[in-house]
Amino acid sequence: MSSETDRLAHIERKPLYPCIQCGKCTGGCPISVVSPHFNIRKLLYDTLNSEGENIAYEKETLWDCSTCMTCVKRCPKNIKHTDMIISMRSVLVEDGHLPPKIRDVLKSISVRGNPWGIGQEKRSEWAQGLNIKGIADAEILYYVGCTPAFDSRLQKVAIALATVLTKAGINFGTLGNDEVCCGNEIRRMGDIWSFDALKEMNLEMFKQFPIKQIITTSPHCYNTFKNEYPELTVDVKHYTQVVSELIKKKKLKFSKKLEKTVTYHDPCFLGRQNQIYDEPRAILQSIPGIKFVELDRARERSLCCEGGGGRMWIEAHEAKERTATIRVQDALERGAEILATACPFCILTLEDAVKSTGVEDRIKVCDIMELVTQVME
Amino acid sequence: MGNVKLGVYICHCGININSTVDVEKLTQFAATLPHVTIAKNYIYLCSDPGQELIKKDIKELGLNRIVVASCSPRMHEMTFRKVLRNAGLNPYCLEIANIREHCSWVHEDKAKATQKARGLLAASVAKAGLLEPLEEKEVDVIPSALVIGGGIAGIQAALEIADKGFKVYLVEKEPSIGGHMMQLDKTFPTLDCSACILTPKMSDVGNHPNIEMHTYSEVTDVKGYVGNFKVTIKKKPRYIVEDKCNACGTCVAYCPVEMPDEFNLNLSKTKCLYIPFPQAVPARFVINPAYCRYTLRRECKQCEPVCKDLKAIDLKQKEKFIEVDVGTIVVATGFDTFDPRLKPELGYGLYPNVITGLEFERLSSASGPTLGDIMIDGKKPKDVVFVQCVGSRDKSIGNEYCSRVCCMYTAKQAHLVRDKIPDARITAFYIDVRAFGKGFEEFYDRVKEEGIMYRRGNVSEVFKRGDKLIVRAEDTLLGQPVEVEADLVVLAVGMVPRADSPAIAKLLKLSQSTDKFFYEAHPKLRPMDTASDGIFLAGCCQGPKDIPDTVAQACGAASRACTPLAQGKVKTEALVSFADERTCRGCELCVEVCPYEAIELKTVERDGHLLQIAAVNEVICKGCGQCVAACLCGAMQQKSFTDEQMLAVIAALGERYE
Repeated sequence: MSSETDRLAHIERKPLYPCIQCGKCTGGCPISVVSPHFNIRKLLYDTLNSEGENIAYEKETLWDCSTCMTCVKRCPKNIKHTDMIISMRSVLVEDGHLPPKIRDVLKSISVRGNPWGIGQEKRSEWAQGLNIKGIADAEILYYVGCTPAFDSRLQKVAIALATVLTKAGINFGTLGNDEVCCGNEIRRMGDIWSFDALKEMNLEMFKQFPIKQIITTSPHCYNTFKNEYPELTVDVKHYTQVVSELIKKKKLKFSKKLEKTVTYHDPCFLGRQNQIYDEPRAILQSIPGIKFVELDRARERSLCCEGGGGRMWIEAHEAKERTATIRVQDALERGAEILATACPFCILTLEDAVKSTGVEDRIKVCDIMELVTQVME
Repeated sequence: MGNVKLGVYICHCGININSTVDVEKLTQFAATLPHVTIAKNYIYLCSDPGQELIKKDIKELGLNRIVVASCSPRMHEMTFRKVLRNAGLNPYCLEIANIREHCSWVHEDKAKATQKARGLLAASVAKAGLLEPLEEKEVDVIPSALVIGGGIAGIQAALEIADKGFKVYLVEKEPSIGGHMMQLDKTFPTLDCSACILTPKMSDVGNHPNIEMHTYSEVTDVKGYVGNFKVTIKKKPRYIVEDKCNACGTCVAYCPVEMPDEFNLNLSKTKCLYIPFPQAVPARFVINPAYCRYTLRRECKQCEPVCKDLKAIDLKQKEKFIEVDVGTIVVATGFDTFDPRLKPELGYGLYPNVITGLEFERLSSASGPTLGDIMIDGKKPKDVVFVQCVGSRDKSIGNEYCSRVCCMYTAKQAHLVRDKIPDARITAFYIDVRAFGKGFEEFYDRVKEEGIMYRRGNVSEVFKRGDKLIVRAEDTLLGQPVEVEADLVVLAVGMVPRADSPAIAKLLKLSQSTDKFFYEAHPKLRPMDTASDGIFLAGCCQGPKDIPDTVAQACGAASRACTPLAQGKVKTEALVSFADERTCRGCELCVEVCPYEAIELKTVERDGHLLQIAAVNEVICKGCGQCVAACLCGAMQQKSFTDEQMLAVIAALGERYE
């Protein structure tokens, strides 16, 4: 453990003082729905009433937070709870006092530039046979992301998106095997140092090419490029913004029908955090044959699936269930046959919930792009 | 300049100046400056003995220019001008060096602060040596007032001014006076019926010989200055002849068009030929041209022949403009309620059984859409949840302030539910309960004794489960989230400035505070004055408040508004601008920029040619200096701020002082 005097990690308490302990944060926290122990209001109060960095050691539930930012968005005093969580996690990262799965993820980042422990040389295997250019020969960067690149379920989404962009005549390319993690989750897991390193690497790489625009698969990559890379001057878009625009301009032709009842789960990093609510819906509602129904808890009230903030690699402390299960139930109650979404982590957590509750015969989890390619000619 | 005999008086201001600026050294320095006959320092110059000190020296030493080195002129310029006047010296022979707000309060280094104070003092002495005595003129005050807004604040202010014997023009936008107070059911803490206590006042206004009411009207232009305002009022067409209609209401049955009832907050419908509520003052009907088939498409006209005896319906009526002259103005335009759609997590607009506090008042009111029964979808709710602090105390939507009335009105509404639905389960979620006024805490106790459960937690979300609503919050006293079922959720929405506030502010040159309500001249000592002389604020347009505070402030504003009216005269600004007749080019740029229209043109002869040049009307001029800044050739100067005087200040500041 580092001595207190030359510690790098620091818990900043000054921004926490305006808290009036109103409880709006805990009241809306999705983790508190399923875990009896995680109480962000109390965590904040305990932090304020303590000194130094030892408090990070006293909070086992620190890893429960998915950094969905429901608390931050609703706080009447504009307090940034997630900044506090990240700074507390960074204390533990600095000391190496981590749950094993988190440690593995951070190690994988240092060694392989992705959290999944898979070699970098396999990063562009998903694109085999698609004839996708390198960014050196294109003007728009398709930033694939670690999960769509390596995860076999999500590779289908990357393929779908690449296919659609090609059909629409977009001049795009990827970084191929040189692509490294954007760092969004890494920072939220407290490894602010690896995040800085990843950011520097990415910025250096981007500089080498005359990139006009970056399109991401994941709202998480979109979020960090847009909000946490202030040096990045290139226009960043999530694919829903691009595809909805293509549909508006009639650049995509739908020749088939998909006669299903479809509902949409707003990913936290797309909807609540970046206000992109309408574009995904515009895409879905333009798919011929679809009957679109809204979930009750839609848009700002969307219930986080527990995929962000490192939660892909760690369960909530003594949780009685998962919010993803509740979400699938919500969708079934609306009569949906397809639960659509636009985030790799949401796909994984929701699909897992479908499987674990045994409702595969009643509902499917799909990315919006998978539905688009189903009806395209 | 003649024989200038200047006295310099340096204030310690206790330790405010003295602990940072060395007043002794400064006094010695002052004595060395040109024209200075005497230099003294004193602990509190604004006090009686301090003022006496200056007065005595003026009389005994024949001083004719005074420099006071003290706090900002915004504090005590008036005070020291009075001292000069009382000593028989023209009050404009005074110059103030601000060595507090501009020096001792903003610096820590004593040596440097004292050096800066030397510069400031030398500059003021240089200017004072060049000051000329100035004249304050007087103008007559028109013995009448304008009150904008006919809610409880406007009504109270109008009655106060009228009772004092002055004429009042009361202008109200809606077809009837009464405002939001008319929409309330019972008021806290007395549980008086709001309409019952308001209608006698409304009736008094309608019958008062000194009050000229203009309802369904708006103020469209205000020109002039304190004592002499010229106001233009637009009277919107009612399509009903006001002095013929007797409000019998026979015509209504013949009108085929329905529209949302605004008075009932669109919870019910009314005809487009309507009277806003039964106790309306004036008791006259009105036709809404946005819905009437005749005004829109020249169709229908079924109402006109019905009123065959009185012939009170005139579908060809046009808007009218009238001009009135008044001495003072009271702004009492009121508030809007917060739109909870800005907090989408609370489900307003999504679920019909999430309503605002004001909508609850209409439901509870005997004259409302449900005749006083609390009903949602035709059913009496069993589980009622009140949510406090909606749209107030909330930085995330930019309303940081507390709206002051919501804790009490929630308690009152909870009581009304208990009264009307005895076995209802009632919960109120709060962050704090602010029961500050007379009888408020006692009322809150009483309400809780009626079995209303107060739970501490800021509600985070309202969502649906089956056919019940779920209100989710953390009960912070329990330390865990709770979900309460509800049939009816009442959001305690706060007050926000009216949407038309910026337009009214522009009309009257009012400023807005950071919370966007109208800005008072001083929040503690002048809470009903504005920066514009002769214009006063009353009621919620200045900030959220309840009825007792509104009435108190309205009486205060009325009293303030009557001061110039009672005196019959006001003094005009002495620090006015003037155009040099020899050098003005007549370009009229100053005329264009003058916000008070105080600059006229006059004809002069120059080298055999006739030329129109600027002439400042010294009675209207407020000394803002815009014309001086605009003047391209320097012909326009401001008294006590002439180029000669200001250049002397700059030269003095540029010197080195040790």
